[in-house]
Amino acid sequence: MALDDIYKEVILDHYKNPRNKREVAGAELTCSKNNPLCGDEITVFVHEEDGKLAEVGFLGQGCSISQSSASMMTEAVLGATREEAEGLIGRIRGMMAGEVEPDEDTFGELVALKGVVKYPVRIKCAVLPWDVLQEALEGKGEAEGIATH
Amino acid sequence: MAVTERRSAGLDVARLRADFPILERTINGRPLVYLDSAATSQKPRQVIDAEADFYANHNANAHRGLYQLAEEATELYEAARAKLARFIGAPAPETIVFTRGTTESTNLVAYAWARRFLSEGDEILLTDMEHHSNIVPWQLAARDTGATLRYLPLTDDGLLDLTDLGSLLTERTKLLAVTGMSNSLGTLPPLRQLTEAAHAVGALALVDGAQLVPHVPVDVTALDVDFLTISGHKMLGPTASGGLYGKAEHLEAMDAFLGGGHMIEEVFHDHSTWNAVPYKFEAGTMNIAQEVGLGAAIDYLDALGMDAVRAHEEEITAYAIDRLTEAGARVFGPTDTAIRGGAVSFWYRDVHPHDLATILNEEGVAIRAGHHCNQLVMRRYGVPATARASFYVYNTNDEVDALVQALAKAGDVFDG
Repeated sequence: MALDDIYKEVILDHYKNPRNKREVAGAELTCSKNNPLCGDEITVFVHEEDGKLAEVGFLGQGCSISQSSASMMTEAVLGATREEAEGLIGRIRGMMAGEVEPDEDTFGELVALKGVVKYPVRIKCAVLPWDVLQEALEGKGEAEGIATH
Repeated sequence: MAVTERRSAGLDVARLRADFPILERTINGRPLVYLDSAATSQKPRQVIDAEADFYANHNANAHRGLYQLAEEATELYEAARAKLARFIGAPAPETIVFTRGTTESTNLVAYAWARRFLSEGDEILLTDMEHHSNIVPWQLAARDTGATLRYLPLTDDGLLDLTDLGSLLTERTKLLAVTGMSNSLGTLPPLRQLTEAAHAVGALALVDGAQLVPHVPVDVTALDVDFLTISGHKMLGPTASGGLYGKAEHLEAMDAFLGGGHMIEEVFHDHSTWNAVPYKFEAGTMNIAQEVGLGAAIDYLDALGMDAVRAHEEEITAYAIDRLTEAGARVFGPTDTAIRGGAVSFWYRDVHPHDLATILNEEGVAIRAGHHCNQLVMRRYGVPATARASFYVYNTNDEVDALVQALAKAGDVFDG
């Protein structure tokens, strides 16, 4: 059954019981972003300590794929250095582009997202939180638009 | 349910479905159930053939050559304009400017009318149910002219809240731009009342006809609208076909839009003069074959009869709202089909619309999921997105049943 490829148990679990879904008090790095195509929103909060991502949280709303991906991400990058986090972001993007074959050792639960690759329109959902984290690490805030009076 | 037993007034859906080649398709081994006509309609063989016939037998640039083919191309192109004018009750073909669709039509008015005539202190009144294409062009025009945007709010039931119309629509208002039918809520605003109110304060009225014209009989003369934007691809026509209706006096007074070939009368080093309306707005080679295809789409709809089209959609929409509600879905917008069309947004239990669309696709059911370019509506009703099923002449109650069955499957994935 094809749907099992995308709606794996681990994805549904993180969707129904999201981890670290909270604002992190004292976060030095935050970034908000939405997917203009579908309206999914993710805000990521990072508190750094001793050169490591000591606390990572997210807030947002959206589909099971974007929200579970965010939840898994907060666990996966906890305790990582910036370089390690950016390395993982690159590997996740590579996996979602079909260029990196994931292995359990480095990807852990995140392997579950690989099934999304078969659903091209949903890849953006899976990648969205990782894009937000990348921009948070780069110190970017929110996207700008038109303001009228 | 009395609704399910009622027959459409004159629409032989089983027979007309045979005109749409794509309805033969299967998706994931199941018959395609296409419920996204608010995004774009499917095309009957008659339209596909008309476009192909143009290329195969009549292709030349319109309004250019002095040979027979060019004359044929021009005749077919202008015949399509006359058909579109008659279809919406316009007084003359010259009141129709061909465009790529409603977005381009709205931008045309925002550039050639708003930027020419608006200045600081002027206001444009929009509504909270507008598609982004009837918001953003006005934001850009407001930024350039110093004009201010105002918005009519919505009621909890998905109707325009006209309580404060008197304070929002004033002598400062120069334009009221309102949708003819909401693409997410399905709502049919009281256009005649709004047009009269706009004219009473000296404002013009623009109606976004993207969802209205394909589904409801329209008479711009009776409605007394100043501008009506028209999407061809949502009314069985080719993509990039469509137009703008404008009262002749406005089209005459407006600036040119895109500069280029054919829109000029004379070109000098330092200035140019413009061709007559509507050609003043038709720069460069137009979508000739597509507008010819739109002409065929209008012939098709005329043969069905727009009253019959509307009656069919009222019936299927009522059936869909009943079935979705029974299945536990929250339906957005009015439930009375007398004041709504066949774009039905809903939220099914706790399943996010994107997940719903993916799961429904496995069953061959194509719906839209997202904000539908209606972020103001989504915010108003406190949802990031909705699922939307939208209906047209070829849809059947059986397809509504297929939708509801597929929903149950989505429930299983997330609750199971």
